[in-house]
Amino acid sequence: MNDTVLQYVLAAVVVLPLLGAVGALLPPPPGLKGKDPDQALLRHGVTVTGLVFALTVVLAAGFDHGSPATMQATTDINWIPALGIHLHLGVDGISLPLLVLTALLTFLCALYSYFKMPAGPSPKAFVALLLVLESGTLATFAVLDLVLFFLAFETVLIPMYFLIARWGGENREKSALRFILYTLLGSVVMLLGLLLIGVKAGTFDMVALATDSGPAAALSHSTQLIAVLAIGIGLAVKAPMWPLHSWLPDAHTAAPTVGSVLLAGVLLKMGTYGIVRILLPIAPDGMRTFAPYLAAFAVVGIIYGSLACLALARSGAGGDLKRLIAYSSVGHMGFVLLGIATLTPTGVNGALFANIAHGLITGLLFFLVGALKDRYGTTDLDGLAGRTGAALYGRAPRMGGLLAFAAVASLGLPGLAGFWGEMLAMFGSFRPAAGLDRGAYLTFTAIAAFGTLLTAAYLLVVVRRVCMGDRETVTGGPELADVRGYEFAAWTPLAALTVLAGLWPAVLLGLTDPAVRSLLGGS
Amino acid sequence: MSPLATSVIQSVDWAAIAPPAIAAVAALVVLVADLFLPEGRKQVLAWITAGGLVLAGLSLLPLLDGDRTTFCLVGSPRECSYVADHFTLVVQLLVLAGALVAALLSIHLMDRMPAGEFWFLLLSSAAGAALLPASRDLATLVIALEVTTLPSFALVGLRRGDRLSGEAALKFFLTSVAATAVTLLGVSFVYAATGTLHLSAVARGLDAVDPRLDTLAAAGAALTVVGFAFKLAVAPFHFWVPDTYTGAPLPVAGYLSVVGKAAGFSGLILVTVVAFEPYAYVWGPAVAVLAALTMTVGNVAALRQRPGQSRSAVRLLAWSSIGQAGYLLVPVAAAAYADPERQVGITLAYALMYGAVNLGAFGVAALVGRTASGNRLTDYRGLYARHPFAALAMAFFLLCLAGLPPGVIGLFAKVAVFSSAVDAGLGWLAAVMAVNVVIALVYYLRWTALLFIRAEAPAADAAAAGPTRTPAPLMAAIALTAVVGVALSGAPQLVLRFASSTLL
Repeated sequence: MNDTVLQYVLAAVVVLPLLGAVGALLPPPPGLKGKDPDQALLRHGVTVTGLVFALTVVLAAGFDHGSPATMQATTDINWIPALGIHLHLGVDGISLPLLVLTALLTFLCALYSYFKMPAGPSPKAFVALLLVLESGTLATFAVLDLVLFFLAFETVLIPMYFLIARWGGENREKSALRFILYTLLGSVVMLLGLLLIGVKAGTFDMVALATDSGPAAALSHSTQLIAVLAIGIGLAVKAPMWPLHSWLPDAHTAAPTVGSVLLAGVLLKMGTYGIVRILLPIAPDGMRTFAPYLAAFAVVGIIYGSLACLALARSGAGGDLKRLIAYSSVGHMGFVLLGIATLTPTGVNGALFANIAHGLITGLLFFLVGALKDRYGTTDLDGLAGRTGAALYGRAPRMGGLLAFAAVASLGLPGLAGFWGEMLAMFGSFRPAAGLDRGAYLTFTAIAAFGTLLTAAYLLVVVRRVCMGDRETVTGGPELADVRGYEFAAWTPLAALTVLAGLWPAVLLGLTDPAVRSLLGGS
Repeated sequence: MSPLATSVIQSVDWAAIAPPAIAAVAALVVLVADLFLPEGRKQVLAWITAGGLVLAGLSLLPLLDGDRTTFCLVGSPRECSYVADHFTLVVQLLVLAGALVAALLSIHLMDRMPAGEFWFLLLSSAAGAALLPASRDLATLVIALEVTTLPSFALVGLRRGDRLSGEAALKFFLTSVAATAVTLLGVSFVYAATGTLHLSAVARGLDAVDPRLDTLAAAGAALTVVGFAFKLAVAPFHFWVPDTYTGAPLPVAGYLSVVGKAAGFSGLILVTVVAFEPYAYVWGPAVAVLAALTMTVGNVAALRQRPGQSRSAVRLLAWSSIGQAGYLLVPVAAAAYADPERQVGITLAYALMYGAVNLGAFGVAALVGRTASGNRLTDYRGLYARHPFAALAMAFFLLCLAGLPPGVIGLFAKVAVFSSAVDAGLGWLAAVMAVNVVIALVYYLRWTALLFIRAEAPAADAAAAGPTRTPAPLMAAIALTAVVGVALSGAPQLVLRFASSTLL
């Protein structure tokens, strides 16, 4: 397929959800009203997200897999000459998997909501917001202009805020406000850093800035330090990096199921993607200075997230299952950040792999927990488990099996997607880039390895308390339906891809590796 | 023609002064027509006003080259009192369009106000505000400023039988008169030190000021700036704003928040960037501090508004307009450090964005005020169910003011302001502004969220008010500002190009 077609495909991927959002607000055309206007709207959401997903698949098929390091399907239009802002779009091996993941998860979410609309106001706004959210995330991964990246980064805030505040559970308004304020504070600081780079280097173009002898070479060491600090804070809030994570557990706990899935599955990736795409190539000196600190925070996040989960999983702690998975995200994103902080191709590849794996696995986990909540009316672990356990294996075997599958995938069982990313991240940290203190990184590796043990511990506790147990003691609970058809439809792709990525990691690493090597330059 | 005659008589470029002149003539026409129109036909005056403003706006078209000057000194033709350059044209466009929207917002209120006086005062004030950016000597500047503000006192106090309105007018009047006195004192000092009133000549004079008069000149510059800061409602001279806005009829408050501010900041730009350019090292940091103070005061106070309080919506808009004035000042402060042309352009771009969306927000407030006279924030609860279009427009306006997508133009205007601060090396100011943007988001977002929450007891309220038809001009004003906002969001270059062109 030639590049012009791909170019339009990519532009359509970004613009189509926006048009769909506008379409959702308009009154439906007479022929498509259907029986129920609400159902018609949700179907509209499924159609548009499905179309976008199909387009990303076309994009992936047409993508020249022989040269994933070069930007493909590029469009470059001078949008605001006064500020030097270009509508510059393009994909390479780093952004392509994320684009497909985003489109897939949003499609699955739309499909899931079609059958199981979260409780709240009318689906009209829900579909419109979901589509705006999709457009914002896709744009974040597709744009190649710093200011446009900021614009896309901000676009997701308002839809996510409303998704949590209007369709969420307990404490939703407070959590939603907290989410948006934290992220906004981070992203304005990031904007200052982006502008600093733009002003000093004279361009906002990421591709030009990323070339070795490009305009970014003119950035002085102190400029790079300030830029990395400012941009890093904004992205670290989003990622989230310990200690800037405190918005995340509340937001996840309050968000509706699809909100949690998208938040964990794609929104968090925007932070780590930004670090790889912007900071690594544009301010390498600054990164080298801050990398050990980033790595230190990352391993603290790993340990902290696991300990928080262990505390929540304890019997009698009254832990919420959604909150537990949210904290586990802090730990998993810690591995991603550690991988990036090694500044080696191995580590960064591991980070990108872990990104995708976390999107698949945690997306699946949140779906499952959401389904549990629908059935039990609570995600309180003590309430679920009762005295001996919820005995999901006995009462809803398929569901129990899937939950156990997702849990062992999340703890990094070899052969499933969760394994490679964390293994590569630690491997990278074992042999960090030249100029980084190897002793410190060895310590980090050791701590991170200990973190994997803790992760395994709490996930197995969860499996034991939710899936196992004495069937007789929980008969008082509600009658449980096993996995329904639409749930199968929404979950199977995630489970299948988890296995595929685990058994055949080359399909992803082959894409990211050349691109990462070119971003990291000669090093 | 004898040599004497040429030195006294000079030809006036009528086309160049057309925008303020047409507005002024329309004001007189309204005043006279009011005497002859019977009571029932007073709405004709509204159409004369709107027509006059549109005509004045159209008269900008022949001037687009931006090279017209008139009222020049005979001896030195470069010293002109009236210059129609691009800066002038942009501010005049903002002023005239703002006045037009304010007029559209006011039409439905005319049964409660004396129509003839209202339209006359509005047009007079608009004429002054259109004259102000074109003035290039201190005397014309002060006169234009007074022509802008004197009618607005009366506009604020025009609501019949409203004690709050009278009190607001008095407060506005007293602070404004004090500001004018201070400005005049400053101007006289500057004149004493430099011997000229023309801005560019003042700049040259200040460069080579007699060392013994240095203190006098600096004091004069400071006092003049203070006078304009009063008009622009810069902290700590902002305290009149909330009371005046809440007391004034709502469209007048909108008018003051946009046109009044446009007059204030264009005057401030002219005196700082053009006249007191040699003192940039003094006013630069001072304006930067004022900007930080203003935005912080405005946003923190807006955050503390209680939604249930009477007229809390207008009060919140008033405080937010103070916060926005702080952002407007950032590029002015940056102009002291780097690239004044660009910074002035960024100020104008921001002002155009702010003008459109703020007037739109006032328009929706006027719409809500028709059924809920208290105009509390809580009255906006569930607006989407009653007026879907107005609620969506309001959400868009508020998000533009907050600077978040889908208010793309608001975001880019803020990006431009941030870039000017970063450009000028005012990192601390950029950081203060970053915090302020987050504070501002809290109250803008709370309000936005309120629009879409389902009202708790909508039936009782709606039934009591009865079915009210929205007046067409009001709807037109909201639609107009919304369309401008959306168009600018799609093509931000329309206003941001001022940041890359030579204006002054």
